[in-house]
Amino acid sequence: MHKGLDAAPATAQNKTGLKKSGAAGSAQAGGAWETPGMAISLKVNGVNRSVPAEPDTPLLYVLRNDLELNGAKFGCGLAQCGACTVLIDGKAVRSCVTPISAVTTSEITTIEGLGSLEKPHALQRAFIEEQAAQCGYCTNGMIMSAKELLDRNPRPSEPDVRAALAGNLCRCGTHNRIIRAVLRAAQANGRT
Amino acid sequence: MNAPAFNRREFTAGLGAIIVAFSLDPKLARGQERLPGSLQNNRRLDGWIRINADGSATIFTGKVELGQGILTALAQIAAEELDLPLSRVKMISGDTGQTPNEGQTAGSQSIENSGTALRMAGAEVRAILIDLAAKRLGVPADQLTLADGMIAAPDGRKVGYGDLNPDLNREASAKAAPKPAAAHVILGRSISRFDIPAKVTGGAAYVQDMRLPGMLHGRVIRPPRYGSKLDSVDEAAARAMPGVVAVVRDGSFLGVVAEREEQAIGARAALLKSAKWTLGPQLPDPARLFEVIKSLPSKDATIGLKQGPLPENARTFEAVYTKPYMAHASIGPSCSVAEFKDGKMTVWTHSQGVFPLRAELAKALKMPAASLRCVHVEGSGCYGHNGADDVALDAALLARALPGRPVRLQWMRDDEFGWEPYGPAMVMRAKAALGGDGKIADWDYEVWSNSHSTRPQSTDGTNVLAAWYLAEPQKMGPPTSPPQPAGGGDRNAIPLYDFPRQQVIHHFVQDMPIRVSALRTLGGYANVFALESFMDELAAAAGVDPVAFRLAHLSDPRARAVIEAVAKKAGWTPGEKGDGARGRGIGFAKYKNLACYVAVVAEVEVDRGSGMVRVPRATAAVDAGLIINPDGLTSQIEGGIVQSVSWTLKEEVRFDQSGILARDWASYPILTMPEAPEVEVELINRPNERPLGAGEGSQGPAVAAVVNAFANATGKRIRDLPLNPARVKAALG
Repeated sequence: MHKGLDAAPATAQNKTGLKKSGAAGSAQAGGAWETPGMAISLKVNGVNRSVPAEPDTPLLYVLRNDLELNGAKFGCGLAQCGACTVLIDGKAVRSCVTPISAVTTSEITTIEGLGSLEKPHALQRAFIEEQAAQCGYCTNGMIMSAKELLDRNPRPSEPDVRAALAGNLCRCGTHNRIIRAVLRAAQANGRT
Repeated sequence: MNAPAFNRREFTAGLGAIIVAFSLDPKLARGQERLPGSLQNNRRLDGWIRINADGSATIFTGKVELGQGILTALAQIAAEELDLPLSRVKMISGDTGQTPNEGQTAGSQSIENSGTALRMAGAEVRAILIDLAAKRLGVPADQLTLADGMIAAPDGRKVGYGDLNPDLNREASAKAAPKPAAAHVILGRSISRFDIPAKVTGGAAYVQDMRLPGMLHGRVIRPPRYGSKLDSVDEAAARAMPGVVAVVRDGSFLGVVAEREEQAIGARAALLKSAKWTLGPQLPDPARLFEVIKSLPSKDATIGLKQGPLPENARTFEAVYTKPYMAHASIGPSCSVAEFKDGKMTVWTHSQGVFPLRAELAKALKMPAASLRCVHVEGSGCYGHNGADDVALDAALLARALPGRPVRLQWMRDDEFGWEPYGPAMVMRAKAALGGDGKIADWDYEVWSNSHSTRPQSTDGTNVLAAWYLAEPQKMGPPTSPPQPAGGGDRNAIPLYDFPRQQVIHHFVQDMPIRVSALRTLGGYANVFALESFMDELAAAAGVDPVAFRLAHLSDPRARAVIEAVAKKAGWTPGEKGDGARGRGIGFAKYKNLACYVAVVAEVEVDRGSGMVRVPRATAAVDAGLIINPDGLTSQIEGGIVQSVSWTLKEEVRFDQSGILARDWASYPILTMPEAPEVEVELINRPNERPLGAGEGSQGPAVAAVVNAFANATGKRIRDLPLNPARVKAALG
């Protein structure tokens, strides 16, 4: 359900993976931007972006609030649950404890960079086909950790999948469907 | 498909008119006929279903999506009765400005209450449409056919639902019969959930994802423990921090609002550091917890009494079981967005009950309910009463200080673990007499528990956290317990077995040394754990196989059927014994003694050296009446089993007298991916029985199956949860 959410940016995001308007869109609309004049450049989903945030700001807040990317979630802020996982140069990283100053020269990939509603990535498609979500709050992290796994091991065994997702917590008990979805995506990749 | 396309202007513009319409809803007159499900308290047809000009339907429900797939299932029910494809049904849920008031989305009751209402209302609207079309087309009703929002005469003439413009502003009669199961084309199918595509592609799916123009970020600062008073705090220093817009203090409630989220988090840390508190009362000594619970004053009720002759020459047995405090432990901390504008407060919330929350906010904020609107937007899974309602008041208190600026507030991880209302710790004492025939001749059971619902509107007073800390503090009323047969702490305390003589006593303890409320199943998990453990202990004493022992005491055919089905599916061998490290066990319950029947066989592996217990697999059989969505039902049962295994093996809210020690995932570990059991589920469809909720049906049977498997594997019985390594090593000596 998207009820109560501002429909326009959500649609734009789903289509392009990134909103096209300026970085600090919503805060500027509020007319009270007070952060220092410095800006840091980041490359997110293949696009160079400039964000007006302090260098020690965790990447998670910049992705969510400045770049309006919903995928990475705040779960703990302690690198314990994995909900905030993104790829940094292909490696699954907890964005809640990663300062933006550490990733200025990196390729940052979020779940929006994998695929979209219209063109889902094999993992996204497999999660839909397996109905591998209940609340779905952990799903972003599961998919991003699985992406790293499949990139280095395209044909993982079930224990491989379980081990790769050991640092991603799920509370709804959807574990088995998540494992099946990752194995299904691996098979789909193998066919193409 | 259900994303309403309204923008915020439309959203607020409609508010006044809609509230007026609902406040004019006639009060229930005496002598009114009882209507099924939630129709009883929301009797107008157009409160549930509106037919749009294009022939599509908008469906309103007071129940909300919590990740359980309820909106998909309810859409299936409405679409089936209305003969509409799912793509032409739009769901609106949980909005005090738009939907019926169906209280809380809890207790596995949404299919039964909202589903029944929609089924009956849908059938009635369909009958009204057919009646109108018969008149319009001049053809007898029984010659008309319905498809895709059109009604056709035998000669091919058609009229659309929208053109018929039915007047649904009338009271439901519930007289139109819903379709028979044989005619179902949408019900009973594994329809893919509507909400999953957005959740896997970074779509805006959660209240956490809301971004309103001019929105600010809030955080709150909680005391070290319950009941503490804020003496002083360096507000000026926090205000001087970059981006900080306001520090909001009202008595001992303290919050901060900043332009950027990380700035709010930074200011929270500074305020936490400078705050000086007079500490509230100490918590109980955890080593004496269960003695404390049993010694507190209680309201005692005898339930499930069966008078029978006292058995002669019977062997008697007694065992005491305990369950610790357990956390909801949502992966995403609770979150809310609030906006105070022109004297009206709008709160976007993942509360399980927007109407009860609104009533509580009205008290806490001293505002008329008509000036408050609570709109459900999904959050992280809650599994009962977590921080959702509390964070909504926190956000509203911050937003009230900054009129015109929406405030988004997400709790930090330690806010959620430290302040959510836990599932209560409980003590269960079971006694029984085994007759010479190897059957139970007498059953005597007692349970001690706090309340399992301190939700908004469950008692008098104000049941939201921050209200208790305001300069003019408000209080929670005395906790209550839901009555039997559903029950609270005594949920599932009455055995479904046919004992000739039995007594069950519920000791309802009102004083809460630690804040508690509803966690999935309420007392059901602990009572089924105790009852089904004791059944296995008695079966062993009688020298009878656990499956056969249960069947020997059980006449309900649906109960027998799930036990027999799971035994068959799992390949249960009568009298099977574990080998010291591996074993299997069974558990059964009819949830609440009112809802779905579930039986589970679980397998355990015990590492005798480390004391680690693993559950490699579990098998379940389920009868939830008429199945609405087989895959959705399977998913709920699978999830319930895995969550129950996590509770059973790992979970316990640790505390000492200075406060709660569970603050993060290191101090409150849950089951991880390598530890999750494989789960197989067999569904028994009963097309002619009413559909039953199942979200809470498997947790009780699963804990019983695991502890019984442990006993089967090792020959040792553990009666205190969780089955953590220390306890396992102690049991194995």
